[in-house]
Amino acid sequence: MARRRNLPIVVLALAVIAVHLASAAAGKPQYLTQLTMAGYYSLVIVGLTLLMGYTGQISLGHAGFFAIGGYTSGLLTTYNLQGGGAFLSLLRATGLLIAGKDLYGGDLLVMRPWAACLIALAVTVGIAYLVGKPVLKLRGHYLAMATLGFGTIVYKVVLGSSLVGAADGISDIPAFPLFAGLAVTGKSALRVQNYYLAWGLVLGAMALLTNLIHSRVGRALRAIHGAEDAANAMGVDTARYKLHMFVLSAALAALGGVFLTHYNGGIGPSEASIMKSVRYVAIVAVGGMANLWGALIMGVLLNFLSLRGSFGSYDDAVFGLILLAIMLFAPDGLLRVEMVRRLPGLGRLRGRAP
Amino acid sequence: MSLLVVKALCKRFGGLQAVGNVSFTVAAGSIKALIGPNGAGKTTLFNLIFGALPPDSGQVWFDGKQTDGWKPHQVAAAGMARTFQHIRLFPKMTAWENIAVGRHVHSRSGFLASMLGLPWTRREQRAVREKALDIMRFLGVEDRADVEATSLAYGQQRIIELGRALACEPKLLLLDEPAAGLNMRETSEMAKLIARIRDTGVTVLLVEHDMTLVMNISDEVLVLSYGEKIADDKPLAIQKHPEVIKVYLGEDDA
Repeated sequence: MARRRNLPIVVLALAVIAVHLASAAAGKPQYLTQLTMAGYYSLVIVGLTLLMGYTGQISLGHAGFFAIGGYTSGLLTTYNLQGGGAFLSLLRATGLLIAGKDLYGGDLLVMRPWAACLIALAVTVGIAYLVGKPVLKLRGHYLAMATLGFGTIVYKVVLGSSLVGAADGISDIPAFPLFAGLAVTGKSALRVQNYYLAWGLVLGAMALLTNLIHSRVGRALRAIHGAEDAANAMGVDTARYKLHMFVLSAALAALGGVFLTHYNGGIGPSEASIMKSVRYVAIVAVGGMANLWGALIMGVLLNFLSLRGSFGSYDDAVFGLILLAIMLFAPDGLLRVEMVRRLPGLGRLRGRAP
Repeated sequence: MSLLVVKALCKRFGGLQAVGNVSFTVAAGSIKALIGPNGAGKTTLFNLIFGALPPDSGQVWFDGKQTDGWKPHQVAAAGMARTFQHIRLFPKMTAWENIAVGRHVHSRSGFLASMLGLPWTRREQRAVREKALDIMRFLGVEDRADVEATSLAYGQQRIIELGRALACEPKLLLLDEPAAGLNMRETSEMAKLIARIRDTGVTVLLVEHDMTLVMNISDEVLVLSYGEKIADDKPLAIQKHPEVIKVYLGEDDA
């Protein structure tokens, strides 16, 4: 059983390598840049798939968590702490800060990216916890509206505060050095490495989440989706499980946000916009709701096309249309597990008895 | 010894007295039936006992602990399990997975351990599946293990829901109309099954309309009418109880 579950992970790993080789052979290395970015967006999507498709809790505010992660890390690694104060010297002594020069040769003292990344994740987890605790008591439309409200607040805050560059966002965000010369950066010299880094993270997330789905916790989450009162009667602390899943999906969104922000070297308010949240929901829906692999495939495909500019200025409209069409004609999504099961010879795989 | 003690339980919905001052006990190892006309407050009483609804006043003592005010998952962890009047199986999950959810309180893999797929969680996982299959064998439905539970025949869905409750290894099992929608043959099989479950040491409290089933297997019968207890006795005595006869057959219009 475990081996069968690992098979898609292996296939994905091989596909990642194949795509790299194909793009190199075709002389289109720039495709890897968009695929790297699509990989980071995929982290949001797979987390949201677990929350929406498996646990049955909608969120129209996940762009907010992505943005909180990206903005926090971006702000901490660019905000000049040069000045003084006892607290600052204490911070400095811990080695969390790094000194440098800004564009005009002035002294710059900012936080190290790894520390900023950890703080960004912690901040997102904290906010997700505070928001999720009261909001997840709501169901259906009410939950959708409440999370929409949260997303709107994040968008308006980043758009309105000069601290994070208002409408311009934050730019000149430094690279995020990891280990052995590898850094999260958009420099073309490190393009291939960054492609593998992004997809390594996606692979890791997929491995963890597929394990989760087929575990005691995964069954409890699916039970909550199907019949919350019955799950509660079976001993599942439904409020706690919903909250943990919400926080986990927010943390994955923030992780994508942090890495993409350092990769791009900047972040703008559009990352926090409601249209981005709607896009994530549309992708989860088109992928088949409770279908982690479907969501990943559709997410990469649609985000790649969107980043290539294939949808032109109708970008957001395309995702709106997708959502509308899916809800009308294929509420179970385009990629359904049943379809795979129906393929000749594969019917036995999931053990569907007659 | 009483496994369940209900003391002066009251619940009002607006102006309606759903459960009024009901007290009774359920002896460990027995089957007690709860009967009464539609709207007598039977399901409400179940929900009060299980924590799905908070009582306005009164107490519930289960296995020596005062459990009124607890949430259902806490009551479940204390050793109570239930089925529902309208079947509440988990859709898009197979029959064995439905039953496996009943093992929740007896297993402990959390988010982190489950994601990492640690060796002990994999062992626990296998043990949960084995236990679910054991229960399906006990119920005679092991061949349905990999079928989506909600696509099963109605009678089998009732059995799977019962199996899910049994997977909790409860001390007290609450069955809300276990024979509802079953034909005569299925009803008599259900009666035998409930007696077998009692014989394994599980105490049973059930709501049921089928009088043959109630009178055949119950040790005691509690009769509710308009939210109030009108009788609590052995089945034979209940059948002769004038108040019960009046409630069920109606008064002479004299």
